[in-house]
Amino acid sequence: MSEKILMKGNEAVAEAAIRAGCRLYFAYPITPQSELIEYMAKTLPKVNGTFLQAESEVAAINMVYGAAGTGKRVMTSSSSPGISLKMEGISYIAGANLPAVIINVQRGGPGLGDIQPAQGDYFQATKGGGHGDYRLIVIAPSSVQEFADSASLAFDLADKYLNPVMILSDGLLGQMMEPVEFKPRVSDEEIEKHSEMHYDWCMRPNEDGPNHHHHEINSLEIDPEVLETHVNKLAEKYKKIEENEIRYEAYNINENNEMVCCAFGTAARIVKSAIDTLNSEGHNIGLIRPITVWPFPTQAIADSIHDKVKNVMTFELNLGQMVEDVKLAVNGKVPVGFYGKVGGVVFTPEEIIEKIKENLGGK
Amino acid sequence: MKVIASRPKALTDAQFTYCPGCLHGVAHRLIAEAIDELGIQNNTMGVAPVGCSVFAYKFFDIDMAEAAHGRAPAVATGMKRARPDMNVFTYQGDGDLAAIGTAEIIHAANRGENISVFFVNNAIYGMTGGQMAPTSLPDMKTTTSPYGRKTSDVGYPIQVCELLSSLIAPYYIERVSLLSPTDIIKAKKAVLKAMKFNTEKRGFTFVEFVSTCPTNWGINPVDSLKWAKDNMIPFFKPGVYRDKSVEEAK
Ligand SMILES: Cc1ncc(C[n+]2csc(CCOP(=O)(O)OP(=O)(O)O)c2C)c(N)n1
Repeated sequence: MSEKILMKGNEAVAEAAIRAGCRLYFAYPITPQSELIEYMAKTLPKVNGTFLQAESEVAAINMVYGAAGTGKRVMTSSSSPGISLKMEGISYIAGANLPAVIINVQRGGPGLGDIQPAQGDYFQATKGGGHGDYRLIVIAPSSVQEFADSASLAFDLADKYLNPVMILSDGLLGQMMEPVEFKPRVSDEEIEKHSEMHYDWCMRPNEDGPNHHHHEINSLEIDPEVLETHVNKLAEKYKKIEENEIRYEAYNINENNEMVCCAFGTAARIVKSAIDTLNSEGHNIGLIRPITVWPFPTQAIADSIHDKVKNVMTFELNLGQMVEDVKLAVNGKVPVGFYGKVGGVVFTPEEIIEKIKENLGGK
Repeated sequence: MKVIASRPKALTDAQFTYCPGCLHGVAHRLIAEAIDELGIQNNTMGVAPVGCSVFAYKFFDIDMAEAAHGRAPAVATGMKRARPDMNVFTYQGDGDLAAIGTAEIIHAANRGENISVFFVNNAIYGMTGGQMAPTSLPDMKTTTSPYGRKTSDVGYPIQVCELLSSLIAPYYIERVSLLSPTDIIKAKKAVLKAMKFNTEKRGFTFVEFVSTCPTNWGINPVDSLKWAKDNMIPFFKPGVYRDKSVEEAK
């Protein structure tokens, strides 16, 4: 077992990405993710990696597109306004079936908003954001350890499905320090293997003589029937991802739950501590915490509604976004309530306790 | 029988999608010939833009990426940084490079990115049907400047070679034209130079082609060559704007 190191979330995920074999990183500075770009600037050159500060988030995501087209592990990171700028590029990456990792250290919005933690980009991350029919795999960590671990998971999923993967974090997780244990650094041979698995489609030297391969990285299909086939193939891939990659934490879910709560990321940490207090007072409240917010743990939520559950409460640091998916999962079985804070204001466990108490008994 | 002319190896047998009289095909051919002559077909990657040449990835028989509108220099940067062992070029129109992609081209040039950029300036947006480009000439009528480009309202055409040669990093910048056989021979030399410097990792190389768009100018192909010579060449002056190899040789 390696030792635990006290680290900020932004730095931990950067270190974990490098350990996972990321040797190419393109980004533009923005608070509250700047420690991430700075860590990459400092560390990537030491492992013969490429760090490049792009002229904008638009350029950064397009650099990612180009590098991903060569089959190498590549990443970018930003915070909400910068992620908005990346949306066109993300749509192209998804349309061209490219593996890439994008980190969003969310802050308050809309517009320039503020630099405090928020979860207002849930819709953007899980419902599109960019144009066209595409899906991102979206991982929403809720501790510094999980933030770090999500890096190798994100790269593995991106490589497996040839799909962009977003890590949906927030300013709190990015800035907070917690002890982290890192996985060992993958070897250069493993890094080579990561890219070799893409050799049948990626752009690379044509060693076997002229015209042996002609690889196109592209999302354009001008013939509607060809594009239809292409998009339907994407749909099949998304279905496979939904079948295989749903991840969630079921916290104190049991047959005697009075209430089930739903929350992700930073919000879930706070809800968890509220639930601990209430359960120590004799209540029985459970929590479903989606770890992948897409694919969404719809079935897990549906299955958690045991007979004594009177209602479901969803807590988010936004005006109510994931709650729409929770309602679809609960499908009218019991009422679904919502409580949120916006503008970068984070609720306290006491507020959550109060909200849960107000709503206990299906009120 | 002796073959005296054939399709360059670096072009596929896909049929060009260009209008009659369009010079994109000529520019493609020059680049493909240079790839053949330098023997770099196996280790060259290109980036196609959004514009009439959007299908360039089908025409060049090398590995190619199709970029979002204006982003080709950023995409090429990602490709080159990921694969420094390969030669990388972009192929871009004037709307792509000098309007929506202005930031990307300036910064790729300013980084001295080890790529070649081929810039086809036809003073108009071809693909979308003849709208005003950042390079449209003063008083030029287009579908979005139906009364002529009013410089008091939308400024003057951007002279990209002049603009980029204000930067320190670029290695080689030349403007050529495709308006006559002599011009095309000169253009070929420039393309070859740009790509050769690229294989030698000397830095950022840039070739602008003054070109035509008979369809959207509403002028027949032959007359459009004359129109370009009379109207574009005085504004977009051919010449070498930067060649560090000359300075280095001193
Ligand atoms: C983001 C975005 N904006 C607009 C367009 C529409 N569009 C396609 S091609 C083009 C202009 C291309 O003109 P130019 O770069 O001069 O190349 P040409 O077609 O003349 O060769 C535009 C505006 C697009 N595809 N994407």
